[in-house]
Amino acid sequence: MNRITARRVTFNINALKLAQRTLCGGAGVKLSGADSDQEIADKHGFHGNLPMHDVAIVGGGMVGMALACSLAHKPLTNQLNVAIIDSNPALLSGGCIKKEDPPDPRVSTVTPATMALFKEMGAWKYVEQHRHAYFDKMQVWDYTGLGYTRYNARDINKEVLGCVVENKVLHKSLLSCLQNADFQQKIYPCRLSSMAMQPSSSSSPHGSLAKLELSDGNSLYAKLVVGSDGSKSRVKELAGINSTGWKYSQNAIICTVQHTDENRCAWQRFLPNGPIALLPIGDNFSNIVWTMNPDESSDRKSMSEVDFVKEVNSALDNGYGPHPKSQLSGSSAFSWLTADTTLSANECFERVALIGDAAHTVHPLAGQGVNMGFGDAFSLSKVIAEGIAVGSDIGEVTLLRRYESERKPANLTMMAILDGFQKAYSVDFGPLNVLRAAAFQGAHYISPLKRNIISYASGEQRFPLFS
Amino acid sequence: MVSKHLLTRLRTLTRPAIHCRRSSNFCPNPKFLHELQSRRYSDAPQSSPAASAPTPPPASNLNSKSSLNEIELRKFAAIADTWWDAEGPFKPLHVMNPTRLAFIRSTLCRHFGKDPHCARPFEGLKFVDVGCGGGILSEPLARMGATVTGIDAVEKNMKIAQLHADLDPITSSIDYHCTTAEKLVEEQRKFDAVLALEVIEHVADPAEFCKSLSALTSSGGATLISTINRSMRAYATAIIMAEYVLHWLPRGTHQWSSFLTPEELVLILQRASISVQEMAGFVYDPLTGRWSISDDISVNFIAYGTKSSE
Ligand SMILES: Cc1cc2nc3c(=O)[nH]c(=O)nc-3n(C[C@H](O)[C@H](O)[C@H](O)COP(=O)(O)OP(=O)(O)OC[C@H]3O[C@@H](n4cnc5c(N)ncnc54)[C@H](O)[C@@H]3O)c2cc1C
Ligand SMILES: C[S@@+](CC[C@H](N)C(=O)[O-])C[C@H]1O[C@@H](n2cnc3c(N)ncnc32)[C@H](O)[C@@H]1O
Repeated sequence: MNRITARRVTFNINALKLAQRTLCGGAGVKLSGADSDQEIADKHGFHGNLPMHDVAIVGGGMVGMALACSLAHKPLTNQLNVAIIDSNPALLSGGCIKKEDPPDPRVSTVTPATMALFKEMGAWKYVEQHRHAYFDKMQVWDYTGLGYTRYNARDINKEVLGCVVENKVLHKSLLSCLQNADFQQKIYPCRLSSMAMQPSSSSSPHGSLAKLELSDGNSLYAKLVVGSDGSKSRVKELAGINSTGWKYSQNAIICTVQHTDENRCAWQRFLPNGPIALLPIGDNFSNIVWTMNPDESSDRKSMSEVDFVKEVNSALDNGYGPHPKSQLSGSSAFSWLTADTTLSANECFERVALIGDAAHTVHPLAGQGVNMGFGDAFSLSKVIAEGIAVGSDIGEVTLLRRYESERKPANLTMMAILDGFQKAYSVDFGPLNVLRAAAFQGAHYISPLKRNIISYASGEQRFPLFS
Repeated sequence: MVSKHLLTRLRTLTRPAIHCRRSSNFCPNPKFLHELQSRRYSDAPQSSPAASAPTPPPASNLNSKSSLNEIELRKFAAIADTWWDAEGPFKPLHVMNPTRLAFIRSTLCRHFGKDPHCARPFEGLKFVDVGCGGGILSEPLARMGATVTGIDAVEKNMKIAQLHADLDPITSSIDYHCTTAEKLVEEQRKFDAVLALEVIEHVADPAEFCKSLSALTSSGGATLISTINRSMRAYATAIIMAEYVLHWLPRGTHQWSSFLTPEELVLILQRASISVQEMAGFVYDPLTGRWSISDDISVNFIAYGTKSSE
């Protein structure tokens, strides 16, 4: 008898959005609470009597921490004075993660490209001290059961296709990596409440600083504000970066299952209302992300554990092809996390840049969400380093535009692919399914195409999928 | 990156000048020299719309050896407010800035034996930015650690530069003065590096100006000069495109006839005891909207020289 484990986490994918500027013109985005006295900066990290930082990272989630780590490990950026603003107690507690703890249902598929960047800044060794699972095979199959594709790391001369790591492990590793770096960072354990661009004189529209007000009433100045505060980004809201777009509604359930044997293959299957994905997370555990429409999810929300387990199992096997024998393990209260999924782009304004979910959130399909965010973080830190090399002001919009132009095409392509997948597999048109199945069968045999798909999913390629 | 071929060509070309460094009267190439001295008044192409009114020699400047060219200065004073408007008349300088700074950074790191991977490689070095305008170049140099003195002949520029520099604690230490290179020479000031970017084409007497730059360079120091070539391509791109087609620059900003060719620049620097070590061109790619360093010096170019010990 199977038992439900951990938590089922749902989230709404109800809007596919593209960011739109409400305010145009790079200079001086006017934000709430602007304060008109102009103070003269001194050289000791204070501006007037408020602390002044080079970079203020709002949101110390995985992506924000990756940016901090990356800045701490580059010779050109490691002298920067960085503020990290986040009320998440994990940033201060430094508590350790026990290996015996049951796996957390929130996991990420880390691509080889992200792994390489983590290794470069010395964060990967901390990940390896915790539970993690490399996988070298990926099987994606259509819900008709007629077609499936198997990807193998060997096809692209790689050892692994990726590694599945719990989010808390990634976060903790980045934090350890940052603590062991010789870096001037200050953690403000509060939330950002408002943001204002310091008024600039008429002759110098580019010289202003950003003033941040925190939930504890304190304020600080920064030359550059990075919004890594997730999909409901306050930075994005305060900077007037709007998200509009077309909508579709979906929810997903996330839970952990246990296998009888070790599994090194990531599975993905397309069901009528969305895909179900199974990711090995080590110690015979796997993580399931099951996407469905809101009706189904509310039905399942009210289901008993036993019925829910049956549903998961039938979604997983249902007699279509081989799959790992899974057994749902452990037990804990259901918790349904609802998150809006928005797609927006990496827009930049004078002194403000968005990275990670603040800039774009995508369907968890293919595990690209956090990898796109890490890609943003590393790209932004590279652009900052290049700016420092030529003595630029790091909040200068012309510099930030380089980040924007580097990330936008990459992220929009990935979004379009994921959106395409999503649309193609969430509508049930009888005969079309056969065609889709055939297309997948095709992908199975056309190896250059397949190689393209794998390298894109593993974060190595920048070109559109079918180029 | 740097036109080695060109440099060898230049060296051979200018070698005679080395021998007559201090006695220009006996220069073995009098024809070329004559051309150098007189071309401002006679060398303008007939068809040039920008050069239709050749600058009359400012009489007062002839004896006092002043580098000031009043007509040129008035043009800059008129647009001083726009120095920091990245989309304004100084847009080309803003866009070109990262590229020229990359060249300056790498040459000067090599020259002074500094680590190019560190954030402030010029810590402890004194630089002067001659004709600094609003400080577009001075500020990045200060962020790279240099102790910067910025001078410009236009008072208004200095006000704008100071206001802007005060917005960042690192740049607020820049020492701005409304003065000229020759006045600093009189005060016997010396700097590790002397930079005059996009200035020489606006001064009254380029040869005298170079002598002042040389006098400001301490022995073993470096001198960097950038300008626009007097080539047909430069005429087409810098003047027609920038001033007339793209309207980046107000019409009449440049006087084609007062541009120097790389050969001429090397020669007058040579006579001022500066030997040019490297020269590079900046080329604009209209597709990406970016400048890059190249060995094509036919339009915009920069020369890096060292002060020969006397
Ligand atoms: C259920 C679920 C499953 C997912 N599965 C996968 C997967 O399998 N693979 C994958 O790659 N991606 C997955 N994703 C996406 C991935 O989790 C996100 O892309 C990633 O967490 C983004 O990180 P982030 O740092 O940008 O944002 P977050 O992780 O959301 O971090 C934001 C941080 O900002 C802080 N914050 C928020 N507001 C403020 C404020 N006003 N002031 C200060 N701080 C603030 C928060 O405390 C938080 O620490 C999944 C997402 C969800 C919701
Ligand atoms: C094209 S701008 C270049 C500004 C700056 N060097 C840069 O590259 O960003 C030329 C500047 O030289 C100044 N200038 C012109 N003749 C000068 C002289 N003889 N002495 C000092 N400055 C002069 C002008 O006022 C103007 O600011």
